Parts: sequence; C-alpha cells; structure tokens
Amino acid sequence: MLTGEEIIEIEKAIHVVPHRQAACIEALKIVQTKRRWISDDSLKDIATFLEMSPAELDSVATFYNLIFRKPVGRHVILVCDSITCWVMGYEKLHEYLQAKLGIRHGETTQDDRFTMLPNPCLGTCDCAPALMIDHDLYRNVTPEQLDEILERYA
Amino acid sequence: MLEKPLTSHIRADGVPLTLREYELQGGYQSVRKALLNMTPQAVQAEVKTSNLRGRGGAGFNTGLKWSFVPLDAPKPKYLIANADEMEPGTFKDRLLLESAPHQLIEGMIVSAYALQADTGFVFLRWAYHTAAKAINIAIAQAYQAGYLGQNILGTGFNLEMHLHTGAGRYMCGEETALLNSLEGKRATPRAKPPFPQVSGLFGRPTIVNNVETLCCIPHIITHGAEWFQKLSLTADAGTKIYGVSGKVRKPGLWELPMGTTLRELIEEHAGGMQDGLSFRGALPGGASTDFLVRDHLDVRMDYPSVAAAGSRLGTGTVIVLDDKTSVVGFVRNLIHFFAQESCGFCTPCREGLPWIEKILQAMQSGDGRKEDIPMLELHTRLLGPGNTFCALAPGAMEPLQSALKYFREDFEAYIREHASLEHITV
Ligand SMILES: Cc1cc2nc3c(=O)[nH]c(=O)nc-3n(C[C@H](O)[C@H](O)[C@H](O)COP(=O)(O)O)c2cc1C
Ligand code: SF4
Ligand code: FES
Repeated sequence: MLTGEEIIEIEKAIHVVPHRQAACIEALKIVQTKRRWISDDSLKDIATFLEMSPAELDSVATFYNLIFRKPVGRHVILVCDSITCWVMGYEKLHEYLQAKLGIRHGETTQDDRFTMLPNPCLGTCDCAPALMIDHDLYRNVTPEQLDEILERYA
Repeated sequence: MLEKPLTSHIRADGVPLTLREYELQGGYQSVRKALLNMTPQAVQAEVKTSNLRGRGGAGFNTGLKWSFVPLDAPKPKYLIANADEMEPGTFKDRLLLESAPHQLIEGMIVSAYALQADTGFVFLRWAYHTAAKAINIAIAQAYQAGYLGQNILGTGFNLEMHLHTGAGRYMCGEETALLNSLEGKRATPRAKPPFPQVSGLFGRPTIVNNVETLCCIPHIITHGAEWFQKLSLTADAGTKIYGVSGKVRKPGLWELPMGTTLRELIEEHAGGMQDGLSFRGALPGGASTDFLVRDHLDVRMDYPSVAAAGSRLGTGTVIVLDDKTSVVGFVRNLIHFFAQESCGFCTPCREGLPWIEKILQAMQSGDGRKEDIPMLELHTRLLGPGNTFCALAPGAMEPLQSALKYFREDFEAYIREHASLEHITV
C-alpha cells in the first residue's frame, strides 16, 4: 500500500504532465526514497495507482540504473568507473572498498549498512577519482580518506 | 564589456546568487528587453544572426533549429533544457547548474518566448543533487518575482517551469530518448521524422537545448548578436566553457574565447602534464570524440577546426591521455561504458559493443590474436554512422577508430607481447 505521504507527492508529479503514466519514473523515485528499493509489492501498488500494468512499469523500472529492484543497504556507494577516474586510479579505491567492506559491486554488507555499485562519470572529472555515498559527492578521493568518510554513515 | 559572460558573475565559492543579487549584476535584463520590446521573430533572428551553435555536442545552429518550430501552432509547446550531462569526461554543465541557476532560467524564459512555448522542463541527471537544490530555489524565486507564471511582466506571455530529475541512464541525454523518458517510458530514441520541433514531447512541438546553449541566450539578447560573435577568435561565435581532465597539473574548467587552441588549454590553463609524463593524445570533447595527437596541439577548438583535424569539438571538455597510461585499457574503459549504457534497441550496438569489449579484454589478459585488429576495424564500420538507430554507437567508435589509427602499435604490442604491458598507475 502506498502511504498518504507518497500519494501526495506522486499526485504532485502527475499534476505537471498530461497523463498519469507519464509520472511513473517520478513515482518510482518517490517510493524508493522512502523504502530504499522497489519491491514487487511496491511495483504493483504504484502500477495500480497510475493505471498501468505491473509489467509495463517494470519495463521502465528495470531500464534505469538508479531504480533498485533488489534490496540495497542503508547507504549506497556509487564508485565512478569512467575514463578520467580510471586514468586517475579509481581502481585503488574500488579495491580498498572491496577489501574493507568485504563486498563486490552489486553486493550489500551483512549488517545492511552499505551497497556498492559502479556508476558512470559523475561529472566532476577535474577532481577525479570521485564517488558518491547517498547524496554526498566526494572528490579527489584517496584510499587513506575512505575510513574517515565511511564512518560518517551509520 | 564582459569577456566571460557565462561565468563572470559566478562567485568564487560557487554559491549561487539570489535572484536579487543576480538582477544587480544585470540579470533578467534580457527578459525585459525581449518580452517588452521584441517580437518572438526578432528574438529568433538575433539568435540566428549570432551564429550560436549548440553546446550539447553536435554543434547544430541554434537559430536554425528553432526556426522549424511552427510559431502559430496551438499550445502546449515545450522547451527543455538538457541537463543530463553523462558523457564521460564532461563536467561543464554542472558548473552552470550549481552556481548560475538564474542564468539558465533567464535563458529559458527568453528562448520560450522566442518559440512561444508555454512549458519548460529542466531535465537534470540524478547525480546532480546540489544543482537540483539550486534550480528549485531559483525557479521558486523567479515565480515570486513574476518572471515565471501567468502574464509575465504584464505582457500576456505565460510560462510554467518544472524540474525533472532522471533515474540514471546516459541515453536520457539523446534528445528523442529524453522525450520518451520525460513521458515515463524507457529512454530509447525515436525515429525522425517527425522531428521534435513538430512532434516532440507528448506529440507537441518541442525544442531540446543544452544547458550551456541556453545560458548564452540572455547575453546575445542583452548585448546583441554582433557583440557575441566578437567574443570568439574564429567564425564560431561566443565563448566556450572548456575543460581538461587527466594527468595534467591543474585540471579544471575555463570560459575562454571559442577557438582557443588545444595547446593553450593544456599547457597554460591546465598547467601542462604532471611531472614525468608527456602528452600522447586527447579526446577533445568527451568520450565520443576521435583522438587528437601531438601534431594537433595547435588546432583551434571550434567546430570546423576540430572537424578538419578528424575529430569533433563535442562538449569541449578534453580528456588527456599520457604516455604511461595503456591505450588499450583507456579504450576498453570507454567501450565498457558504451556497452553498459547502450539502450539495446538495435542489434549492431547491443551485440557489437560487448564483443569489442571482450576482444580488448582478451588482448589485455594476453589472449590477443592477430585477427583481432581487423575485427575491431570491421566493428568500427558496422557500428558507424548509418547502421544504428542513434548516435551512441557511432560515437563509441570514434575513440576506437582513431586509437587504431594513431596508436596501432600499442594494440599490436599487446598481441605480440601478451600481458606484459598492463596499465601503469603512477
Ligand atoms: C547518447 C547521447 C547522449 C547525449 N547526451 C547529452 C547530454 O547529456 N546533454 C546534452 O546537452 N546533449 C546530449 N546529447 C545531444 C542531444 O541529443 C542534443 O543534440 C542536444 O541536447 C541538443 O542541444 P544543443 O542543440 O543545444 O546542443 C546526447 C546525444 C547522444 C546521442
Ligand atoms: S545505437 Fe545503441 S543506444 Fe542508440 S538506439 Fe541503437 S542500441 Fe540504442
Ligand atoms: S570520469 Fe569520474 S567523474 Fe568523470
């Protein structure tokens, strides 16, 4: 079931487009913000609310990199793996995170704290390598800084 | 007069100006001038005369693009700012979005007036959270000041403006795929014709312009087309926000006259190569452009000059390849990106890119074969212009084909010497 708050926000998104289905990406993002990911139940609820079939909505949901159709941890680490970050040695960050958290890309730590994912260019290539944790961008990151950065996320 | 119209009002700390502060620096003048003293046709004519070319990568003449929108078509009509910036190596629109949101909104109001569009969308990539905040605040302030909404400045012109943040997919930047995404669909491209100017978002006349393009509009209208042309060193008008990333001393972004040379960007503004490294080549405008090499350092970074050198200006943000970074690894990273982000709509791109990635991977792990290079060359043709539905695949072929041309010995060495030439991280 969608919550009242979710419904209000989705209605607001529907308001600016000519038909309900057009707001479906917005709706997926709204629900994901509250629940971390889009479960099959959430998908069905959103689809019903927007008068779409769940399959139709799923075809959209699975297309976009940042709509999560599998559970993610409390915090999502997006490691830029594009060209400048590669040139500037992002692989060292990735290896450090892998060792420290004991997870590979696409996996979540046992304590549900972090999920790690690769992400294309974060648009801050003059400060490469870069990564994001939730909504926070970190630039010119070195492996030495990562311990302190990770501690900010409970 | 202003030499750096797009960035001179940006504060050193990057915090955006409030609407009031922006007005004190001359902001929103072009809205008054256009709406109160000019016809939409006159605004369009000024933009056409200015010779502004789209900064999203293709360099299409903006005035010409606009002229295909039927002015008398019934509403709704849409204007969309393409702020999806996901081209690897590109980070210029981020600056304009985070630190100068009012300039974009001003440009959108004047452009919407010229096109008689009544609804504007800013299509922003998900990752730009600081920009999202800045734009939301700026839109709210513009409504409050009467620059957006109904009957703007008492002229009877109406414009509603919305921010849409994406859900992460490079294809959302391709203009017809962007329209599908805004309609709540998968971001696959549309067949043209019909062109978006006639049948775009929700089947209505639509213009999609890059953020930097729209940010030029206020200055063209305020100071005139002739002034705008004179900002440039060459026939392509205006300034350009150039960037350099990679192993240079001072990577960064600079607004400079259009036509600044690649050498000046790298040697002066970016401070030259890091100690112990030398310049081997560069992608002049993002991941989907052909390499330029040492012989091209004096090429002027405008559309025809870079094209004459065998590449494209693209987004004007340069990615530098140094002599200690593996070329094969560099190209493989790019191809990996394109393979991941391919929308899967057409076969050469969907199947070809992963194949190329596998070949490059095999080369790197010592399993390269002599036939691999002709196979890669065949792919650059099969995925080239005319064989795929959109420009993603041909764009992906640009760095590959030019790497095979300029750095062929690197590929051959991998095959010959097997895995002994791994990526060196300094
Ligand atoms: C795969 C792909 C991705 C693109 N991404 C962007 C983008 O993020 N931003 C952008 O302005 N243009 C992008 N473009 C170019 C747009 O399709 C379009 O040409 C541009 O937004 C037009 O604006 P302009 O005329 O002001 O340059 C992309 C093109 C392709 C093929
Ligand atoms: S070229 Fe690639 S990205 Fe473009 S439509 Fe074809 S499959 Fe999709
Ligand atoms: S390549 Fe990592 S931020 Fe651009």
